Amino acid sequence: MSKLTPVLSAHWDEADSFTIEAYTRHGGYTASKKALAMEPDAVIALVKDSGLRGRGGAGFPTGMKWGFIPQGDNKDHYLVVNADESEPGTCKDTPLLMANPHVLIEGCIIACHAIRAERAFIYIRGEVTHVVRRVNAAIADAYKAGHLGNGIDVTLHIGAGAYICGEETALLDSLEGFRGQPRLRPPFPAIAGLYARPTVVNNVESISSVPAIINNGAEWYQSMGTEKSKGATLYSLSGHVNNPGQFEAPLGITLREILELSGGVRNGHKLKFWTPGGSSTPLFTDAHLDIPLDYEGVSAAGSMLGTKALQIFDETTCVVRAVLRWTEFYKHESCGKCTPCREGTWWLVQILRDLENGTGSEADLEKLLDLCDNIMGRSFCALGDGATSPITSSIKYFRDEYIAHVTNGACPFDPVKSTLFVGAVN
Amino acid sequence: MATEQTLNQEVMQSIIKRYPRSRSAIMPLLHYVQSICGYVTNDGIEFISKLLEIETAEVSAVATFYTQYKRKPVGEYHVGVCTNTLCAVMGGDAIFAALKEHLDIENDGVTADGKVSLEHIECNAACDYAPVVMANWEFYDNQTVESAKTLVDGARAGKPPAPTRGPNHLVTYKEASAVLAGLDDGLAREGVQAGGPTLLGLKLSKEGK
Repeated sequence: MSKLTPVLSAHWDEADSFTIEAYTRHGGYTASKKALAMEPDAVIALVKDSGLRGRGGAGFPTGMKWGFIPQGDNKDHYLVVNADESEPGTCKDTPLLMANPHVLIEGCIIACHAIRAERAFIYIRGEVTHVVRRVNAAIADAYKAGHLGNGIDVTLHIGAGAYICGEETALLDSLEGFRGQPRLRPPFPAIAGLYARPTVVNNVESISSVPAIINNGAEWYQSMGTEKSKGATLYSLSGHVNNPGQFEAPLGITLREILELSGGVRNGHKLKFWTPGGSSTPLFTDAHLDIPLDYEGVSAAGSMLGTKALQIFDETTCVVRAVLRWTEFYKHESCGKCTPCREGTWWLVQILRDLENGTGSEADLEKLLDLCDNIMGRSFCALGDGATSPITSSIKYFRDEYIAHVTNGACPFDPVKSTLFVGAVN
Repeated sequence: MATEQTLNQEVMQSIIKRYPRSRSAIMPLLHYVQSICGYVTNDGIEFISKLLEIETAEVSAVATFYTQYKRKPVGEYHVGVCTNTLCAVMGGDAIFAALKEHLDIENDGVTADGKVSLEHIECNAACDYAPVVMANWEFYDNQTVESAKTLVDGARAGKPPAPTRGPNHLVTYKEASAVLAGLDDGLAREGVQAGGPTLLGLKLSKEGK
């Protein structure tokens, strides 16, 4: 029996999978019909029972989040879908929306009904023109078919290139027409979110998982996954592997299993380090191949499941170069609001550049760790925390490699050997 | 030059009407200004501030925060090479270096004929297709130095190759900006629904793996 369980991806191989015709052909918009006939609280209870947890990285129980919205408060409520997929390595929501935007729209209808919201906003990143077209067309088709517009509206909001807007409160500020900068919490969005109204912010994959749960029941969803991490999810494999791609599997599958079924690390090479859930999750090595990739398993091993973005790097890759590049990313994307993150990421880059080009010293490693200590947990949001993850974890597992740069006076790696077209460039 | 005549009031009002509060329209309006002017002009900022009844400084503050809003003209085809870690390691750095040399421009530069501009970009959510190049924010998957050169040469000749996962032809920067303003260009049904890597897990499950 296959270890994979395609649900979200079940019909992606049909050429018209993104159309309303294809979605309806496979039972699309029956779950929303069913949910709209249920009491909103019963929908929340069902999603709670299913064990569905947030797929955007934090893993917060979805049904519980919905339950936080105050009821009978005579205020507008909002659902905001976070489609600002930008965490390095993360590439699941974008292909999902390209191949089947309707499952998200149906999920929005169900979630809006559950939290008594009349309007959902989908906040999509701006750097994906064709995905924007697909989602916009799907919304228009859902209106034409009468699925939207009868008490529930969906509005697409398109970002403009700011990683920080994937952070839920920065996203809300951005959606309100301001610079995307995180807010201090509390109040949490459930109390004062968009336009200071009770708001649920959920990831694309979380909301898209809801229609199948409504149709198949909480028990069906619970039958997949592990004790505390129920259901199936999209794992995205990329980097130095023979066959990268999307793999929908029950939570708890291991990297070893995914590599075995997909064809392994690229031929003639071996695994050096990898991220379990994007660049903000501490690095793993070949010692972590059998860690169950669920929220608890990854956390117990010292990292985070995050977005299940499995970025694989083989022995040709310089870990210092990799970490420097991620750090440059965090420095560039720091919104500037909080001093430890704004200044700290700048200093991290300066020191890492010296280390990478061989002009650093061994003492720089302690300075890096000290800086990380002063960034971690000291800002409004987790961007700065994320910036420290690759640094602290790489020093933990690859201190010798940092030292080798110092003693060599240069990077000991040949970057050409890491490229996909290594045979062609020489 | 953007003037109140070239920016369509009706379109802008329709964008504002999408939202319960008008200020929320600032981002799609800035994309719209780029779709008419090619970048965010001072006149465009002023016009948005009048429409939304906020200060020009408030519009500027937003326009300068987000990297997709350009304060100077970019090329008709704006090319972004992903140089975040994974793409960089797998060839993005080599591609970016080769394109700079080939086009004889630096990061954020525009060719003298105004056809192509170049920028190194952050992770674009297509890591299973690395190394990735974007042109007017359309996907060019699994790029090499050679394929990226073919892309920019085609763009300079007015005949860029079609995106890997996108419409049947590459739209211009202004046309893409209109899509990002939320306007329909009728191309949603063109192109593939998914590429090979997107479908790999599904394929393997059907094979019983």
